[in-house]
Amino acid sequence: MTFTGIEAWWWPFLFILVAGWLATDSWRFLGVFLGGRISEDSEVLVFVRCVATALVAAVVASLILTPGGALADTPILLRAGAAMVGFAAYLAAGKRMIVGLLVAEAVLVGGVLLG
Amino acid sequence: MSGGAAAGPPESHFGWYLRGLREVVSLPALILASSFVGFAALAQGAGFTLVQVVFMTATIWALPGMVVLVGAVIAGNGLFVVALAVALSSARLTPMVVSLVPELKAERTRPWVLYLLSHFVAVTSWVVAMHKVQTVPRDFRTSWYGGVGSSLVMLNMAVVTVFYLTARDLPPVLSAGLLLLMPMYFLTSLWTSAREAASKVAMVLGLVLGPVCAALVPGFSLLIAGLAGGAAAYAWHRLQARRAPT
Repeated sequence: MTFTGIEAWWWPFLFILVAGWLATDSWRFLGVFLGGRISEDSEVLVFVRCVATALVAAVVASLILTPGGALADTPILLRAGAAMVGFAAYLAAGKRMIVGLLVAEAVLVGGVLLG
Repeated sequence: MSGGAAAGPPESHFGWYLRGLREVVSLPALILASSFVGFAALAQGAGFTLVQVVFMTATIWALPGMVVLVGAVIAGNGLFVVALAVALSSARLTPMVVSLVPELKAERTRPWVLYLLSHFVAVTSWVVAMHKVQTVPRDFRTSWYGGVGSSLVMLNMAVVTVFYLTARDLPPVLSAGLLLLMPMYFLTSLWTSAREAASKVAMVLGLVLGPVCAALVPGFSLLIAGLAGGAAAYAWHRLQARRAPT
């Protein structure tokens, strides 16, 4: 039962609803149900945040190290370097996201144009 | 509680809904939109149709989950594995909703309103809401957040449409730059919204374990990196708590 496994126009949408919408909104609905009943500092929620954060971080690593499209044609050291310099700039600027984004982009685009 | 005579904001539900809509013109919204541009490019490259990409944006409305879904589909995983990976990446929404609900709820708020509004909770609208909700009179907070959430969803459905259609025609340097926006957005927004040090440990572990698992167990690398990295970070959290009880 893969995304392209069933040749019907509705299958990709059903796939997105089950694997995407249901898998996501269930957590939101659980949050409403629990809201006011448990503290957001409770141990279960700390664990949940840890697992989800590690998983998203793994996604970030793959988006940088093994990207698709035009980013795949840039040198891996340039991509990783741009991300690291951008993150360092974000921290140095007092956690300002826009600084991190702009610096990373500048390093990447500069590197491509110079290389 | 009902604000009294503040700076003369409209004391109607529709008025506060409109004020919520206005949050779409803000720096966080701009950064979010730019990472949806990256998502449109990613999904287009992966072979998703325009309608599917817009449908994902509206129904999932959590960029990490959407990227995980695209990645798992590319890896050729079946429905169950994809759903599990998306569910693990979206589990962080529960604690966010748990902390937001008491802020939104007024005395007479009906539960279905909160369930409906919870769909809008994702990193950006949550950060905006936690930051500004105190400035909204309690009776109008659900209307206001409805404006914040729905405007962000609609903006990004439009953004995704425009850039899906143009992604192929962009110069390579530009589209490479667009594809870097999303990981940078995740890196910085995860670090900004991390509540406890353990989340930051989890982030570093995930960054390292992701590529390691991708080499060792391709196909299930996200699941394993998430579970192993998360469990290790939580173990660290418990150890810290035992060493320095607070």
